[in-house]
Amino acid sequence: MLATGQQDKLASLADQLGTEGRSLWQDARRRLFRNRAALASMIILGIITLLAIVGPFFSPHPYDEIYWDRMTIGPEIANSHWFGTDSVGRDLFVRTMYGARVSLMVAFLATGVSLIIGVTYGAAAGYFGGRLDGLMMRFVDIMYSMPFMFFVIILMVIFGRNIFLIFLALGAVEWLTMARIVRGQTLNVKNKEFIEAAVASGVSTWGVISRHIIPNVLGPVIVYLTLTIPQVILIESFLSFLGLGVQEPLTSWGVLISDGAKEMETAPWMLILPAFFLAATLFCFNFIGDGLRDALDPKDR
Amino acid sequence: MLNYAVRRILGAIPTLFIIITLTFFLIRLAPGGPFDQEQTLPPEIEANLKAAYHLDKPMLVQYGYYLSNLARGDFGPSFKFKDFTVTQLIWQGFPVSMRLGLTAMLVALFVGIPLGSYAALRQNSRVDYSVMTVAMVGVAIPNFVVAPLLSLIFGIYLGWLPVAGWNDGALSHLILPVTALSLPYIAYIARLTRGSMIEVLGTNYVRTARAKGLPERTVITRHAFKAALLPVVSFLGPATARIISGSLVIEQIFGLPGIGRYFVQGALNRDYTLVMGVVIFYATLIILFNLVVDLVYAWLDPRVQYE
Repeated sequence: MLATGQQDKLASLADQLGTEGRSLWQDARRRLFRNRAALASMIILGIITLLAIVGPFFSPHPYDEIYWDRMTIGPEIANSHWFGTDSVGRDLFVRTMYGARVSLMVAFLATGVSLIIGVTYGAAAGYFGGRLDGLMMRFVDIMYSMPFMFFVIILMVIFGRNIFLIFLALGAVEWLTMARIVRGQTLNVKNKEFIEAAVASGVSTWGVISRHIIPNVLGPVIVYLTLTIPQVILIESFLSFLGLGVQEPLTSWGVLISDGAKEMETAPWMLILPAFFLAATLFCFNFIGDGLRDALDPKDR
Repeated sequence: MLNYAVRRILGAIPTLFIIITLTFFLIRLAPGGPFDQEQTLPPEIEANLKAAYHLDKPMLVQYGYYLSNLARGDFGPSFKFKDFTVTQLIWQGFPVSMRLGLTAMLVALFVGIPLGSYAALRQNSRVDYSVMTVAMVGVAIPNFVVAPLLSLIFGIYLGWLPVAGWNDGALSHLILPVTALSLPYIAYIARLTRGSMIEVLGTNYVRTARAKGLPERTVITRHAFKAALLPVVSFLGPATARIISGSLVIEQIFGLPGIGRYFVQGALNRDYTLVMGVVIFYATLIILFNLVVDLVYAWLDPRVQYE
């Protein structure tokens, strides 16, 4: 163990070396921004999010106003129905944007819930290890054998389609993989030589955790996070499609697609436009997830 | 191996028990009951109905009844579909769902694996990029979007295939639902195969095989292929579960008489026994299938030992 004075000297020596250290994150960011598909996806997602937030203010139509004289009309500029109207005469542009709000909100909140549960659970299991770990992971295995979608449907029925409870329900079933990833990473990192080296050179426990364990656990977590978001959007749309999601007059992409599918012979725009936005969003998240995985993988430099 | 299989099956019993317990109490937490209708029933009739199905008893007693019936293989009567037992409904719907799911799975494997391998062998070529772009589309576009689009194009505009219906599983009625159901899995399997094939082609033993002077075809089919399939095999477990839930939507869109329809109806109508029956049935199926997948995995990868 070095004396305190020596440590200080060593630190100042390191400063004098003058090579500018790049942290893992700076490195990852540079690599991510160099990935054109991921960069384009981030821009498109930004635009969609912006549209979802401010889009409805530019349209003269509220999302639930019914125009009895303008049912099922195609996209037109005249009455500023840019995406046309649906079968009961509501403006489809504003509804698609409201759908975006709901879908994105559900996605972020549910993913947040799954992140909190998954990271806490997985880190606890990995950190304490032993019998507790075995027990906790056994529970995860059992949950994996649940026919997952059926479980979600049961939860939807219980919560009576309250939109905020949808977040909780989805987060409550999406955390399993996250917990496994975090546990595996924690176990893996806990016994690595560089942790031992850090401990041996006198870094405090908190220092070890914050400087060495968390950054190494975070990479796969972030990658999985960006892949969970599209999954949640998909599940929400799926439930709304089955008529179990958000309720009228509120809407989501799933509801719009479901309505569009019923009218696709006479009004294909009702299916195609919301489907386009849903698909574009899912695309972008997948590309960003792929890009992040490449950027954060230290093996592949 | 037999030893291992038996131990796994025994280990599944507590798992199933927990799933049964969880579902039993969860579905009863839902507001409303199986006999809520537009017109409220006279109190005496409702009381009689509840008594007939033991719904007037305390929750734990009901649970006891259910478990003892289940131990005898009896899922109980359906509340919603009167005159049917849950077992009858499951056996009515399951052949349809199974035929749909199994066909979709086979199609996904037989299209996805060759596509992925082909892309891997021509890595970074134009073929590779186009296969992977199409695969990305397949992964990102959900099947409830693909399904109506397919029936719009092939059913309505072109008129080649029937838009809906089952017709005892006639081939023409199977094509659209199977395509819609299998597309995301084709895409996913192609991506998986490509990734692992590229990895395997870079390993030392493949280099050795090439150095021995084996023709490329033998190197790929005899040495690389088996190892490249491992991630696909371990994906099959979760894929079954997902195909089962995916067929919920597909059955709805194409109006197929599978289990999915009964389940959604059952959940909406608080048909406790039907919901329980379907969940238990599918959970068992998923557990068994995961066991088979693990056995196949161990057979493919000699490094894996049965513990």
